[in-house]
Amino acid sequence: MNTTVARLTARGLFGRRRVLILLAVPVLLLVISVIARNSDLDKLELAHSILGNLALGTLVPITGLIVGTGVIATEIEDGSIVYLLAKPLPRWQIVTTKLAVAIGATWLLAALPTYVAGLIVYGTADNLALGYALGTVVAGTAYSALFLLLGVVTRHAVIAGLAYALIWESLIGNYVEGARTLSVQQWGLSVTQAIAADGTVTAPVGLTTAVWLLIVAAVGATALASVKLSGLTLNGEE
Amino acid sequence: MTTPAQTHRGVIHDIGYRPYTGPRLGRRYATRSLYVQSLRAAFGLGRSGKSKVLPFLLFGALVAPTLAIIAIVAFANLKQMPIDYSVYLSRFGVLAQIFLAAQAPVLMSRDLRHHVVPLYFSRPASRSDYVAAKFAAMVSALLIIMTLPLLVLFVGAMLNSFPVGDNLAHLMYGLIAAVLYALLYSAIGLLIAAATPRRGFGVAAIMGGLMITSGVSQIVRALTGGFDPVPRESAHWAELMSPTRTVEGLVNTLFDTGGEGFDRMAAPGTAGVLVYGAVIVLLTAGSYALMLRRYRNV
Repeated sequence: MNTTVARLTARGLFGRRRVLILLAVPVLLLVISVIARNSDLDKLELAHSILGNLALGTLVPITGLIVGTGVIATEIEDGSIVYLLAKPLPRWQIVTTKLAVAIGATWLLAALPTYVAGLIVYGTADNLALGYALGTVVAGTAYSALFLLLGVVTRHAVIAGLAYALIWESLIGNYVEGARTLSVQQWGLSVTQAIAADGTVTAPVGLTTAVWLLIVAAVGATALASVKLSGLTLNGEE
Repeated sequence: MTTPAQTHRGVIHDIGYRPYTGPRLGRRYATRSLYVQSLRAAFGLGRSGKSKVLPFLLFGALVAPTLAIIAIVAFANLKQMPIDYSVYLSRFGVLAQIFLAAQAPVLMSRDLRHHVVPLYFSRPASRSDYVAAKFAAMVSALLIIMTLPLLVLFVGAMLNSFPVGDNLAHLMYGLIAAVLYALLYSAIGLLIAAATPRRGFGVAAIMGGLMITSGVSQIVRALTGGFDPVPRESAHWAELMSPTRTVEGLVNTLFDTGGEGFDRMAAPGTAGVLVYGAVIVLLTAGSYALMLRRYRNV
C-alpha cells in the first residue's frame, strides 16, 4: 500500500463528474427496493430478483468492471502510467494499492447498497440481506482483481470483461450447467447460501469449491497483474 | 553606387506558384468520405489486425447460431423455423449491443482525444455533416451485422423449402426491427461516446446504460404485476424504461410476433403502439439533437 498512489487513484476514479455516474447505480438499486417494499408480491422472490439478479448479477459486475479497469486501464491507455512506473516503487505494490482502491470502491458502491437494499426489501429476516451483502463483497473483490488484470493485459479490457460477464456468465451460464462453476457471480451466491437461512437461497456451486476458486482467482489475478505490469510495453494507438 | 534604400527595395519574383484549379469536390464529397472512413473504422478495416479481431468476432458470433439453427432444421426435419426472425434479434441482441459499445467510442472518442475534430471542421464538411456521417456509419454498421444473420436464416428456410410468402413477411418484420434497433442504438451510443474522450469509460457507460435500464425495466414490470398468474397488461408500460425492450415490445405488437411466453414484450394496445413509437422517435431525435449540440463548440 502506498497512500499517495491510493489517493491519486481514488481521485482519478471519482474525480470530476465520474462519481455521479458511478453513484447512479446504487441510487437506482435503492429506489427500486423502496418501490418493491410497498409491493404485495412474495417478498422472498422479490429479494431474489432484486438482490440476486439486479445487484449481484448486473450491478456488481458492471461496477467491478468500471472500477477495476478504471483504476489502471485508463492510465495505461492515455500513457500517464509511465510517470507512476518511473517512481522507485515495486510494481507489485502499485498493483496491490490500485486493487485496494478498486475493492474499496466496489464495496462502497455495490456491496453496501446491496445490504441496504436487502434491509429495505426483506429486513433482517433469514440473514438474507447479510448473505447477499457478503456475496457481493466477495464477488466484488474477485471481479475487481480479475478486471484489473484484464486492464493490464489487454487494451480491450472493458470489452473482454463485458464478454465474460454477459456472454459467459449470463448467456452461456443460462444454457450450460458447467459454465456456472466458473462464474464469479455463482461463487458469490454460494457464500450467500452459506450465510442465509437454510432453504432460502440455492446456489449451484458448493461452498468449498466456490471459496477456493474465489481465492485462486483473486490472488492469481493479482499476482499475474504484478508480473504483467513489471514487463509492461506501452503500445501506441492502433 | 547604390544607396541602402535601393538594395532593400522589395522585388516580387514570380516563383511559379499556381493555385489549385482542379475540380473541388466539396462538402458532399467530404461527408461521404467521412462516412466511408467511419464505416470501415467500425469494422477495423484499414487499421491494424488487432482492431479487426473484436468487431469480426462479434459479427461471427451473431451469424454462427443461424448456421447451427439451419443445421438442426435440416437434420431434425422440422416443419417450420424454430425461431422467428425478430425473436432471433432480441435473443442475440446483446452481441449487437456489445458491438455498439465497442465501436461507438472508436468513431467518436478517438477524434476527441487526439483533438483532431477541429481539423475536420476546417474542411468543407460542417459540424452537422460530421455528426450525420458518423451516425450514418454506425447505423450502417449495426444494420450490416444484424441483417446478415436474418438473411442467412431466410436462405436456410428457402433451402428447406418452407413457404416463401410467410418467411418473406417475417423476414421483413425482422428487418424493420433491425432498422429500429440500429437507429436507436446508434443515437444513444454515439451520444454517450461523444461525451467522453476515454474509450474504456465510454464502452462501460454504453453497455451499463443498456443493461441496467433493461434489468430495472424487468423488475418494475414484475413489481407492477406483469408476471402474476393473470398478468396485468398495464405492467407492459415498464418496458418504456429500456430502449431495447421498447423496440422489442413495439415490433411484437405491430407484427404479432414474439411467441406466447409469459415474458413476451408487447406494447399495450393501440395507445401503446403510438407511445412506444413516439418514445423511439423522441429518443433517437433527442440524442441526435444533443449530439449536434455537443459539437457546436469543440
